[in-house]
Amino acid sequence: MAKGRVSIVVERCKACGFCVEFCPTHVLALSSAFNSKGYHPPHVVHPEKCSGCDLCGMYCPDFAIYGTKVATEKSPEKSGGEK
Amino acid sequence: MKADPRGVLTGTHFLDGDHACCEGALAAGARFAAGYPITPSTEVVERFAARVPTVGGCFIQMEDELAASITLQGAVWGGAKAFTVTSGPGFSLMMEHIGYAAMTETPCVFVDVQRGGPSTGLPTLPSQGDMMQARWGSHGDYEIIALCPNSPQECFDLTIKAFNLAEEFRIPVMFMMDECVGHMTEKVVIPPADQIEVVPRKHTHKSLEEYLPYGTNGDLVPEMAHAGEGYRFHVTGLTHDERGYPNMTPQAQDKLVRRLQNKVRAAADGIYMFEEDRVQDADVVVVSYGITSRVAHWAIDVARERGLRVGSLRLITAWPFPDKKIADLAAHAKAFVVPELNLGQMVREVERAAAGKARTFAVPHAGGGVHNPDEILNVIVEASRC
Amino acid sequence: MLNVPDETVNPVEPFLRSDRMPHIWCPGCGIGTTVNSFVRALIDSKVDLQSLALVSGIGCTGRVAGYMKLDSFHTTHGRAIPFATGLKLANPKLNVVVYSGDGDLSAIGGNHLIHAARRNIDLKVICVNNLIYAMTGGQTAPTTPGHATTSTNPYGTFEPAFNLPHLVDAAGAVYVARWTTFHVRQLSRAISEAFAKKGFSFIEIISPCPTLYQRRNKMGDGLDTMKYYKEKSKVKNGAPTGEVGLTLNGEIAVGKFVDRDRPDYQTMMRAQYVETLGERYIEMADPEEPEMECVCG
Repeated sequence: MAKGRVSIVVERCKACGFCVEFCPTHVLALSSAFNSKGYHPPHVVHPEKCSGCDLCGMYCPDFAIYGTKVATEKSPEKSGGEK
Repeated sequence: MKADPRGVLTGTHFLDGDHACCEGALAAGARFAAGYPITPSTEVVERFAARVPTVGGCFIQMEDELAASITLQGAVWGGAKAFTVTSGPGFSLMMEHIGYAAMTETPCVFVDVQRGGPSTGLPTLPSQGDMMQARWGSHGDYEIIALCPNSPQECFDLTIKAFNLAEEFRIPVMFMMDECVGHMTEKVVIPPADQIEVVPRKHTHKSLEEYLPYGTNGDLVPEMAHAGEGYRFHVTGLTHDERGYPNMTPQAQDKLVRRLQNKVRAAADGIYMFEEDRVQDADVVVVSYGITSRVAHWAIDVARERGLRVGSLRLITAWPFPDKKIADLAAHAKAFVVPELNLGQMVREVERAAAGKARTFAVPHAGGGVHNPDEILNVIVEASRC
Repeated sequence: MLNVPDETVNPVEPFLRSDRMPHIWCPGCGIGTTVNSFVRALIDSKVDLQSLALVSGIGCTGRVAGYMKLDSFHTTHGRAIPFATGLKLANPKLNVVVYSGDGDLSAIGGNHLIHAARRNIDLKVICVNNLIYAMTGGQTAPTTPGHATTSTNPYGTFEPAFNLPHLVDAAGAVYVARWTTFHVRQLSRAISEAFAKKGFSFIEIISPCPTLYQRRNKMGDGLDTMKYYKEKSKVKNGAPTGEVGLTLNGEIAVGKFVDRDRPDYQTMMRAQYVETLGERYIEMADPEEPEMECVCG
């Protein structure tokens, strides 16, 4: 069960690649899909590895991606998460 | 509302124009000034630096006029009434920020104690050489209001008026003194605070959600908010819309810039201040302002003694320029005589507004002193013959 | 395959003017990344957002003010610091941040930078240094390293560049740090430290300008630059600022270089007036006082 999950605002992405490169657990890769501006946004390839650290969100210059921690029985929700 | 008594030095004083201007600012509620020393204006802020810590305010001498002219605007957005003081070379440096104040609708006062120019010129001697610059000095289309005191008493009274106009129209007001008025010492009567009318900041009462920083709901002057009140507004010098957001389209430009113009022009009749004397039967009207108006007064009296029908129109507001007043006078007078301590600035406005219905005679002076009254009298005589 | 926005919220989003997104910055530009760190610092420091004012100058970084949902002022080129000074003096309760670029702050704004540091005005200055004048098309800035190609030095620059930490340290800043856009967490911590401090704080953030600086100098794109930052940055906390100058493609000294205490401008001003005027001294009135309020009716 992943500790975190990634949310992507596809239309804001400019495919700079920061999130893909700096995700510590290599959750992301640039997809082959396009957004309406012609960029390839990232997609989650290893969701189970996401820790919800939000480094992707910290790096993203376009505010197009962020990670949130998922609530579990042992660890309560941190920022965001499902309501 | 009435002036805050803490800032009002009620009494009868013997002050020069610079000092009287400072007292006027304090009486008007100014509690912040940022300045940079420049002759012949420095005394205004020197006095303010001494007075304001005992009245409840702050003075900072900045590192240059570029800083002073925008530091005062930061203070305005922080909640204070603020001004700066300078002369020609500093006025030139401040031009960008005068435009910023006009564009962001920041109410404030710029005092220019004019001296001989151009460039370093005559630091300790008078001129009236910045009059056109006051109106057109910054780039782009914008309006300002300019006042011209002709005595230390007026330096007190009209400074209050300057602040009031700034708040009413959310505009930078140019207070156009000259070295002569600034350095002449005369009786200045400062009334009790409850006899001084002060216009408060046009602060919004709208809720945080409703408020639009540049929305106008019918009135051409938007309501203001200050930093720190929770409105989370944005101010920019870029062309912007009612939200204050940059909107760099011709449509937004047209809408904004025309409103900035109209907010003054539509209300101009209530802004004009001038003093007329013996114009009803006048063939020649002397149009003057500032220190020159006092010299012209003598020349007009002598001309009248000689049987010439001469009158005086003294501009107290030089900008906006009273086109209609000149046009009305041109209908019956045959000539205007415009003495100025410059080589012809406001005379161009007179000529334009007269629209050929009356002739216009300049009485230029390169600056550095005041006219010999005979110079003005000679031109009055010449004008009377046309 | 592609996630869509759900009911979670990007922690940065409440601080943005979402109605103005997307912003104008290029793909791979680091300015947005600096905003993330800034916002994280605001959250972590629990700064009162109502009393926070953001002032910027002109340039790409200057656009930050317009994108943030705070009392924000987009002022004139080089003059964010004096404007911020006026804000702070008129309302000392405000927490005033200056967020601007290297050209704006150190070229046209250079004089104001050194004087505000000298006076120790209580401002937090965030200087995004992309080593170029980006907005206007890539001209040489005082921070552009020697032998770089720019639009106004098409044959390569030959001027020495400013070492900004050294400059502001010498001028009197009490907190001086440099990080790059790669160091998102350290940067956030540095900004939080600046918020905890009174006086003139200066945080330089080395950031990519892939469209102009990196492209003209054949340094790859934003990601290549971030990798260069990762590889060539060396943390040197406490290093003498004279030794942290930057070179083309060289080592980037990062860290907290200066953290000292000296009384800020308003503290000194107050002390002086109290000493000389005693009870006659009256401080700047609280802006909420009735004289500033609109009179109804």
